[in-house]
Parts: sequence; structure tokens; C-alpha cells
Amino acid sequence: MILRPRVEDARTIGYYLGKVIVGLGTVMLLPMVLGIACNEFNPALDFCIGAQISLIIGILLIKLCDTDKDLSWMQGMIVVSLSWLVAMVLGAIPMFLSGHWHSFLDACFDSMSGFATTGLTLVQDLDHLALSHNFWRHLIMFVGGQGIVIVILSLLVKGTSGAFKMYIGEARDEKILPNVVNTSRFIWLVSIVYFILGTLVLGVVGITEGMSKGSAFFHGACIFMAAFDTGGFTPQSQNILYYHSAAIEMVTIVIMILGAINFRLHYHIWMGNRREIAKNIETVAFFFSVSLLFVLVAVGLNQMQVYPYASMLFRKGFYQFISGHTGTGYGTLYAPQFISDWSQLALVGLIIAMALGGAVCSTTGAIKMLRVGVVMKALFQDIKRVILPDKSIVIQKFHHIRDVFLEDHQARTALIITLAYLALYGVGSLVGMLLGYPFLSSLFESTSAAANVGLSCGITQPAMPAALKITYIFQMWAGRLEFISVFTLIGFFVAAIRGK
Amino acid sequence: MNSIKLLLRIVFLAGLFLCAARACYAQPVSSTDLINNATRFDAATISYEGEAIGDIMYRGNFAWVNLHDGTNAIGVWLEGPAAKSIQRTGSYQSKGDWVEVTGTFRRACILHGGDLDIHAETVRVIKPGRSYAEKLNIRKINFALVLLVILGVAWILKQLKFK
Repeated sequence: MILRPRVEDARTIGYYLGKVIVGLGTVMLLPMVLGIACNEFNPALDFCIGAQISLIIGILLIKLCDTDKDLSWMQGMIVVSLSWLVAMVLGAIPMFLSGHWHSFLDACFDSMSGFATTGLTLVQDLDHLALSHNFWRHLIMFVGGQGIVIVILSLLVKGTSGAFKMYIGEARDEKILPNVVNTSRFIWLVSIVYFILGTLVLGVVGITEGMSKGSAFFHGACIFMAAFDTGGFTPQSQNILYYHSAAIEMVTIVIMILGAINFRLHYHIWMGNRREIAKNIETVAFFFSVSLLFVLVAVGLNQMQVYPYASMLFRKGFYQFISGHTGTGYGTLYAPQFISDWSQLALVGLIIAMALGGAVCSTTGAIKMLRVGVVMKALFQDIKRVILPDKSIVIQKFHHIRDVFLEDHQARTALIITLAYLALYGVGSLVGMLLGYPFLSSLFESTSAAANVGLSCGITQPAMPAALKITYIFQMWAGRLEFISVFTLIGFFVAAIRGK
Repeated sequence: MNSIKLLLRIVFLAGLFLCAARACYAQPVSSTDLINNATRFDAATISYEGEAIGDIMYRGNFAWVNLHDGTNAIGVWLEGPAAKSIQRTGSYQSKGDWVEVTGTFRRACILHGGDLDIHAETVRVIKPGRSYAEKLNIRKINFALVLLVILGVAWILKQLKFK
């Protein structure tokens, strides 16, 4: 029997959702201030309107649903999944008001793409977009990359029990410190330290590459936010190709890899435990995955003979590859070039890399290296069981911060999430094909959306069918939250309708 | 006399041919054409025009400028003095100079790590850019003021404790 949710459930969800919305409205004040400082008064008004709508809704929800109860697991998951949808809609308001998006759906698409750190975009005339709007596009990647709810819970939520449920619901499997609020604050500390360093480095490199000082540091800040959070937005329409700079490409490769590393690993590196890098199952899996898949891509590109020199192969082949593998989506190619200049083998290598992603508890999407590592270990264990005598006890270990004995439930969980991702990639591809796009292009774009990558082979553009835009929005949302909180929300609505 | 007539005819036809060739040559190619048919245009001398956007990035005696023709922007590698003829680039607050370049198109430039680019031989500003004067949107101001009042009411309601 399905139990209908109680009014008390809705109240608690509404209360915490209200807090998240108030937090979001407050974040909108940052680009508003930037707009005023840069004499961009209409864009500042866009953010003023967006912030006020958010604050009104948030305050009313807090007032109407006022409660002192902590969140249950179900409520925590629903708060997370709803928060992302509400953030998408509210975050799209200033974008839509700017007039650079064709429709509110397009603005919602970019808003979700930003929060989910995907990087697919439907913006028009990006090269004339106001600085404050451009800042907002990158800021939502920074906020979304750390986790919208983490941002709020590290500031507004007092009880750590409810905070922990929302932390898990936002696809963070691991705590770094015993207290989840402290964990959130540590994630912010890491991000802000890297933000300052990354912006400085990118700014200085930009100046040496001929950019004006103001522009170099503004671009540096934006590029850092989108690279570290494996997002993929850039301030100009040509993406990273705009800079025509090997130095900027090198720096962004380092930042993208830093963003794809588990925050727990960052913590251990910061604490001086550098040996963990070489031993950790995720870094080992990432190393093997990058090595093997790049061989595929390189062989594929060699078939086309477009990039005959090593420097070209690195800047065009490896750059897109590592950008795809870390889930960033930065590119130095025009979208149609993937189809015209890359062989099918190279594209398949890139699609697999996008589908696998970076580390858990990082800012990347996709299946993730820990799961890949665990599934491979489980496979080896089963092979050993077959090969060794029946009475032998087969034990499989892996190292992830500490030595862990592989248990069946770990393999099962990893496999379920892996299968869910594969299904998500498949569904998006099917919708693409139903709407008339070729198989490989559909698979490429679908994987890019669901794995929160952002590379495009040309399907994503304002003229694409609304059904596909909605499909990609769903994929970005479900892929970023890793399904559980999304399934809980669906279950909640089913229970509300069919429950007794 | 006949030979003079023949010579004049040849000169006339040659002139006509050159004019036609020049007209074809000068016809600018769109960015979409260049990107979608990059193999066909590879290493060809083409004419391309667009709005100069973002920064003009000087690199030694040369510079990069990105020209946006309304659909895509393409990077143009040109000599420093030629880049100096571009006075204004496009941004939120300005429309950049509309620039025509003729030069060699590369699908994957060996000199620039495989970038799809144009190495300009001639650069000409067709139409100078201008700055935009931002007019405040009165409807947005009014809407923001109404929202401010509602926000104030909502905040007061939040402070009140109903029994």
C-alpha cells in the first residue's frame, strides 16, 4: 500500500525549499552590484527583479511552512530535487529579461545547464552580452558545481542531520570531515583558494597573450569558475578558441583536472598525504581510462589526417578529449567539426570518455571513476572465483583513502547507477533519433547533456525542437543529481496521487 | 586596322574576365560556409567580413582579431599595423567595426595548433563601430518597484507572529 504524503511533509519541504530560494535570491545580488558598477543598469534591473521574485517566494514559503522539524530522508531528497528545478526557473528570469534568449524555455535550458555544470547553451549574440549577465552564467556554474543546496546549508541550516540528507541527495557520496556543514565549508575553502589562484594565473596569462588587464581578469574569473566546476561556459561565443592560445589551453587543462578530483582527495593532498594520489582507485582508474581512450581518439583522428603534427593532435585532440572526460565541455573546435573532421572511432572514444566522467564528490557528472573502478574490481573478483578452486575464498580490495574490502552491495550500487546512466544516455539518443537526427550525433549530444559535459556536435541550438530541449533539461537535472533524489520526487508525486 | 580591332577585342574581353574574376573573388564567404565546407576552402584565398568582437590580442608583430559575421566568429591572424586600423570592437556597450579581410583560410592551421583561421593579407574597415547609449527600461523599473513593495509586505508578514 502506498501512503499518501502528509501535510506535515509538504510543510517541512516547503520550509527548507524557502530557505534555498532565499539563498538563491541573495546570490543574485552579486551580479546586480556588478551591473551597477559597470554602468549596466538594465542588466542590473534584470537581477533586481530576479532577486526580488526569489526573495518574495522564499520568504512566503518560510512563513507559510514554518516548522522546527528536521528533515527525514524522503523530505531531504525532495528538497534537493525541487531546489534544482526551482533554481532553474528563478535563475532563468534575469537571463530571459536580457533579451539574449529566444524564449523562457531557452533561458531555463541555459540556467539548468549552468547549475548542473553542463555547458550546453542556447544564448544568442553572446559576444554582446552584458558583463553582469556573463558573470551570472559563470557564477551559477560555481554555485551548482559545489551544489546549490550545499551553498545554502553551509550558511542557513542549523541542524546537521537535515543538512546531511540534503548533502547526500545532491550526489555527494562522501563526507570529508565528520560534520557535513564543516565538509561543505571545506569544499568552499578549497574552491575559493583555487578561485583566487586560478583567476590570477589566467589573468596574467591573458595579459601576456594580448588581452587588456580588465578583460583578462574578468575572463580569468569566469573561465576559472566554469573550468573548476567542470562547467564549460565561456564569456565569448567561440569558447576557448576565442583566445587562440596554447598557454590558456594548458592552464585550463590543469584546472579541469583539479575540478574532476574528489574533494576528499584534495583534503588529503592539502594535509600532506600526496601518496594517496598514486594509490587511490579513482586516480588509477582515471589514468588508465585517459590513456586507453585517448589512444582510441588519436588513432581515429589519425585516420582523418586532419591534425598531422603532435602539437595539433594535442591542442585539438587531447584538449577536447580531456575536456570531455572531466565533464567540462571546453572546446577549441566549432561544433560541426566533430562530424566533419573526427572519424567515428575518435567520436566513440570521446563519447565513452564523456560517459565515464571524473571522480565522485567532485564537480563532474557521469558514471564516475570510483564506480568504474569498483565494477572492474568486481569483474576481476568473479573471474578469480571461476578460475580458482571452489573452496578458495576470493577477496578483492581497493584503495580509496583507506583500504576497502569489496563487498557485493558496493558492486551492486555501482552497477545500478552505471546502468541508470547508460539508460539515460540511451533515452536521450532515442529522442534525438525520433526527431530526425543521426545516431552518432544523437548519442554524442545526449551523453554530453546527461553526463553534464557540454561539448556539442551541432544539435544544441535555439532552433532545435522544444521536445529535445526538455529532454536535455531532464537529462542534465537527473544526471547531476544521480537519480536517487529524482526518483524520490517522482515517487512522492505518485504517492500524492495514488496513496491512501 | 583589323589587327587593332582584334587587339581591342582581346583587351576588352580580358578586362571583362578580370572584372568577373575580381567580383567572384571579392564575394565574401560566410562563416557557416567556411566551417561546413572547410575542406573545400582549405588553403584558398577568400574574402570574409564581420564585426570585430572582444579583444584585439597582439602577439609580437602580429595580432588576433575575431570577426563575427552574425552567425559565428572566426579568428583572423593579421599584421600588427593592420590590426591598429580597427578602432572599436563589439561588446555589450558597443558595436564593433565591420571589417573585411582577404587572406588564406586554413581548416587546421599548422602554425596555430590546428585552429580553423584566416591569415589576412588585406584588412579594410567597411563600417566603423559605435557605442550604444543604454536607455533605461521604464517598464522594468516600474515592475521592480512593485516587487519591492510586495517584498516589503512579505518581510513584514514574516516578522509578525500569528497566534
